[in-house]
Amino acid sequence: MLEIIGLGCVRGDRRLFSNVDFSLRPGSFLQVQGPNGCGKTSLLRMICGLLEPAEGEIRWEGANIRSLGEEYSAAMTYIGHRNGVKDELTASENLRVSCGLGGIDVSENEASSILDTVGLKGRERLPARLLSQGQRRRLALARLLACRTPLWILDEVLTSLDKDAIALIKSIVEEHLQSGGMAIIATHQELNLSAGSFQRLELAS
Amino acid sequence: MSAPSTLSILRWLVWRDLTLAWRRRADVLSTLFFFVIVVSLFPLGIGPETNLLRSIAPGVVWVAALLASMLSLGRLFANDYQDGTLEQILLTPQPLYLLVVAKIFALWLVSGVPLALIAPLVGVQFGLPQDTLLVLTISLFIGTPILSLIGSIGAALTLGLRGGGVLVSVLVLPLYVPALIFGAGAVEASIMGTSPQANLSLLGAMLALALVFAPWATAAGLRISLE
Repeated sequence: MLEIIGLGCVRGDRRLFSNVDFSLRPGSFLQVQGPNGCGKTSLLRMICGLLEPAEGEIRWEGANIRSLGEEYSAAMTYIGHRNGVKDELTASENLRVSCGLGGIDVSENEASSILDTVGLKGRERLPARLLSQGQRRRLALARLLACRTPLWILDEVLTSLDKDAIALIKSIVEEHLQSGGMAIIATHQELNLSAGSFQRLELAS
Repeated sequence: MSAPSTLSILRWLVWRDLTLAWRRRADVLSTLFFFVIVVSLFPLGIGPETNLLRSIAPGVVWVAALLASMLSLGRLFANDYQDGTLEQILLTPQPLYLLVVAKIFALWLVSGVPLALIAPLVGVQFGLPQDTLLVLTISLFIGTPILSLIGSIGAALTLGLRGGGVLVSVLVLPLYVPALIFGAGAVEASIMGTSPQANLSLLGAMLALALVFAPWATAAGLRISLE
């Protein structure tokens, strides 16, 4: 279970948000919304531990994520604005390396079947620089399927994806929630998931 | 879920950095060529005065190695920072200290080792005797990892800054001075016919010190740069 208590964010001398509270139980899903520049990305980066909270606390299974350290990193997958895809590596290598860094060894066959699922069939051996924006996004999302961590934190996950890909993401997240996972997603679009309990967090500007 | 093994994660990281270096080998080669050309300019400019060349050789080769290793620092974190893979690395379920050591090790393999290996060849232009060439190579084998370790601190701190390249040299070059003094000192001692052991031992001690403290400072720098 993830608990956020009285979280506040200050960037420079601007206060982006304060007193953000929520808790996320297994099988539930939080959609973060708000106008551009309201601190959605900062909130997600705080929750995954990249950004130190100015005030408040983030707890995972009852303990502060700072004290958990690597244990928390192993329980979470974060996909940010930047896809984390290396141009020089092939699609399959990209997937295997990012899972390997997460501590999960994925064989070449597993990697191609996952890439097949996200619609990158036949492009496993293509250097990632030859992929389109949407395809890179799909490649980044393939990580979710490979590393089955309980908590997913996805920032603007639907940008540059086509209809099929959005449907695919929805089904992946639904399946994740059904099997007791948690997800935090910052997006402007409505996801309308049919599974899991839904919460919405509206950040004001 | 099985517990992630430290060794396998570090192996993935080193494999990744070496593969990337291989796919962009022009970058690696240009650093090496820079070293060879800078060192070779001196005998050409000064002319065939063996005694003078011999006495400046240790300094020239070492200064060129310093500058070449500065050039390679840009590759250490900047590309990973731009495409977001550095965030992934920071969120890897392993101590950041070890990850930084692995990245520096991979950088040293493609930047420091080739320098040390080619040094005897460029040293010949200065009329250095054989045992001095050996000392030069050994001193660079001990010295270049120090340069990569110290340089990584500057690379981490200037991440994402405009004009970071110049700032790195201002930050890092002064810190290279002790390595330069003892590295070049070892070669000089060998030219003079005395034992280079004292200088090499000091260089080794500095390597041990840098190995303990530099990755720690680099890890802290990375956390700050990514906030």
